[in-house]
Amino acid sequence: MSHHTVSVELENKPGALVRISQLFARRGYNIQSLAVGPTERPGISRLTLRVDCSEHTIEQIEKQMHKLVNVLRVVELLPDESVERELALITVGAPPDRRAELIALGDVFGARVADIGREALTFEIVGRPEELDAFEELVRPHGVRELARTGRIGLRRPGPRQSRAQAALT
Amino acid sequence: MTRMLGSDAILRSLEAEGVEVMFGIPGGAILPTYDAIARGTTVRHVLARHEQGAGHMAQGYARASGRVGVAIATSGPGATNLVTPIADAWMDSTPLVCITGQVYSRLIGTDAFQEIDITGITLPCVKHSWLVQDVREIPAVMKAAFHVARTGRPGPVLVDIAKDAQEAELDFHYPDEVDLPGWKPPTKVHERQVREAARAIADARQPIVYAGGGVLNGDACAELLELIESANLPSVVTLMGKSAIPDSHPLNCGMPGMHGSKFANFALNKSDLIIAVGSRFDDRVTGKVSAFAPGAKVIHFDIDAAEVGKIRSADIPVVGPLKLALTQLTSELKTMLAEKPMQTAAWHAQLDEWRGQYPYKYRKGTPGSLIKPQLVMETLRDITAGRNDVIWTTGVGQHQMWAMQYLQCDEPRSFITSGGLGTMGFGVPAAVGAKAARPDATVICVDGDGCFQMTCQELATAALERLPIVVVIVNNGWLGMVRQWQDLFYSERFAETHLTKQVPDYAQLAEALGAAGFTVDHEDDLESTLRAALEAGRTAVVDVRTDPEENCYPMIPAGAAAVDIIEMPDEEEVPS
Ligand SMILES: Cc1ncc(C[n+]2csc(CCOP(=O)(O)OP(=O)(O)O)c2C)c(N)n1
Ligand SMILES: [Mg+2]
Repeated sequence: MSHHTVSVELENKPGALVRISQLFARRGYNIQSLAVGPTERPGISRLTLRVDCSEHTIEQIEKQMHKLVNVLRVVELLPDESVERELALITVGAPPDRRAELIALGDVFGARVADIGREALTFEIVGRPEELDAFEELVRPHGVRELARTGRIGLRRPGPRQSRAQAALT
Repeated sequence: MTRMLGSDAILRSLEAEGVEVMFGIPGGAILPTYDAIARGTTVRHVLARHEQGAGHMAQGYARASGRVGVAIATSGPGATNLVTPIADAWMDSTPLVCITGQVYSRLIGTDAFQEIDITGITLPCVKHSWLVQDVREIPAVMKAAFHVARTGRPGPVLVDIAKDAQEAELDFHYPDEVDLPGWKPPTKVHERQVREAARAIADARQPIVYAGGGVLNGDACAELLELIESANLPSVVTLMGKSAIPDSHPLNCGMPGMHGSKFANFALNKSDLIIAVGSRFDDRVTGKVSAFAPGAKVIHFDIDAAEVGKIRSADIPVVGPLKLALTQLTSELKTMLAEKPMQTAAWHAQLDEWRGQYPYKYRKGTPGSLIKPQLVMETLRDITAGRNDVIWTTGVGQHQMWAMQYLQCDEPRSFITSGGLGTMGFGVPAAVGAKAARPDATVICVDGDGCFQMTCQELATAALERLPIVVVIVNNGWLGMVRQWQDLFYSERFAETHLTKQVPDYAQLAEALGAAGFTVDHEDDLESTLRAALEAGRTAVVDVRTDPEENCYPMIPAGAAAVDIIEMPDEEEVPS
């Protein structure tokens, strides 16, 4: 078992997304996250899927998805060769005397305060999914009231292969 | 551009696709299209008695002709009755276009009368489907539907057309090209892979071709024959592949798998190189995958990349059209073999030994005893010997396996059976469809008594539409194959498998449905009655009452390895 991120270009037709989720359900593949939205081309959506499975299964998934009439392209996003981001909203318990501490913590992660209530505040954080995981861990002791994540989206890096310098950048 | 109604556009599209015949039943949501049929079309409509029958007829038509089968039904129950044939066509890669009426667009989503989400229901078992609500989409969707059904790995598609789209007008123009940017089935093969495959074959000591239904679907029968003959390659042929190469061919080692011969199973399992051609390592063939052909390298030829490496990893995958791949392979191989011939003499000697050692066998009846079902097959085989105009269809069960074991099929597309889904009731309607595809052929359905009762109403279709078929019922009075499992694996507790041989009276039922009915109780009458039915000149049913206790052997229990094959027990162990 290992993590895989798959990027799918899909014609934006009725039922196109259902066909993909149906394929996963029927063949017993487990989706960790799924994010879908428009691309640079009108009428074409990009789907980013995160799955935990074996190499054999990911190969099967790609081949099976290729056969769907509305699917234009399927690529696996390899960690070294792609950029991945995710957005999370996290509402944390924050009585007035803990607020400053929490906001400072958020600053370290580049998490913005999206809303403040009397006893809680909501962070918005964008970053690599692993950074979001780390932030979530850190605020957990303060009491996470609610949390929503978009699921990762990703693109291949523009260059053919990333350099060390690029790797350091992310 | 001609101004016309959507319903007429559906028919003009079918005509443009060269469709000769469609099978269906009308109803509210598809009525505008039936009205268009009344206005005139060159497409023949065969009125089935059940939409499942219509679907299996379209399958029989497709399987006998190699062309796309067309079934048509109304919304709701008409559409849901098509689900079984759609699933069957999916499992057996049969090209099918199913057209269903849908309720008015404004009613979709309101649980209107006879509204069902048929595109949703069929999602897991279609190559693609369309819900048409805009009349202007009809020509492009029809074009795409036929294209998707027949290209790549063939299979079923569904076109669900709202009633208002059938009733509205459009400027009709049938497109020359399809607009499907995401549909790119392979049209070429990788030359390097083919060369590697040829080298592996040339080097193999114990090679075996494992040919499946893809050979028939890929129209690659002649190319496969050329390959095996040019390299003297022995071949096993799956249930779905039967008739792809002649059964009488000396290199044909027969069928492997659950009820295949010990010979074929040994040939496949003890090989050092499996050349899979349009076959998919189905569990009914492999048994326990981890124990399957442990010493074999695998070359896998298939049009569908997703089949390659799905069950058994392929050492040399070759994805692409089989016709092309095999042609290239044979030419590569011939060049290689000219320098260094195959070193397979010992393997052939071994195969010959197994062939002699392990034929299909059964205990013959004694005078006055019940007819052995295998004798029915042998008699059918013998009275049709030398004829090249016979097409067989079957139901599902013991009779199907005996038909596979004993019938001799030398012409491509002459054996039509439900393999992947194992659909009881497939045989009679598939035979009607095959007859529509090949009016010159003698179409014989070998059916079980249980299967026959699922779709026998289509005899009325055969009789009235002048599509005469002959149905031979192996009437053992039981859901025999299930009884066999109860016998072998459930300590002879025969729960709910007894049908009786008397009810219904099949000959009378046949007569009531417009066919000729015959009954055979004794071995002595078997051949003459079968001949009489074949010569009846109309749809005929022969009820052959057989020994209910006969089990189908050999048998590899589900999930077991080929070496665990069960042969027919000795005389004293046979239940009396
Ligand atoms: C539609 C359907 N229902 C149930 C089954 C399970 N099943 C497989 S074989 C069989 C018995 C078939 O009986 P019959 O047609 O008499 O054939 P026989 O095995 O006796 O030759 C059954 C019930 C099936 N394959 N298909
Ligand atoms: Mg029976």
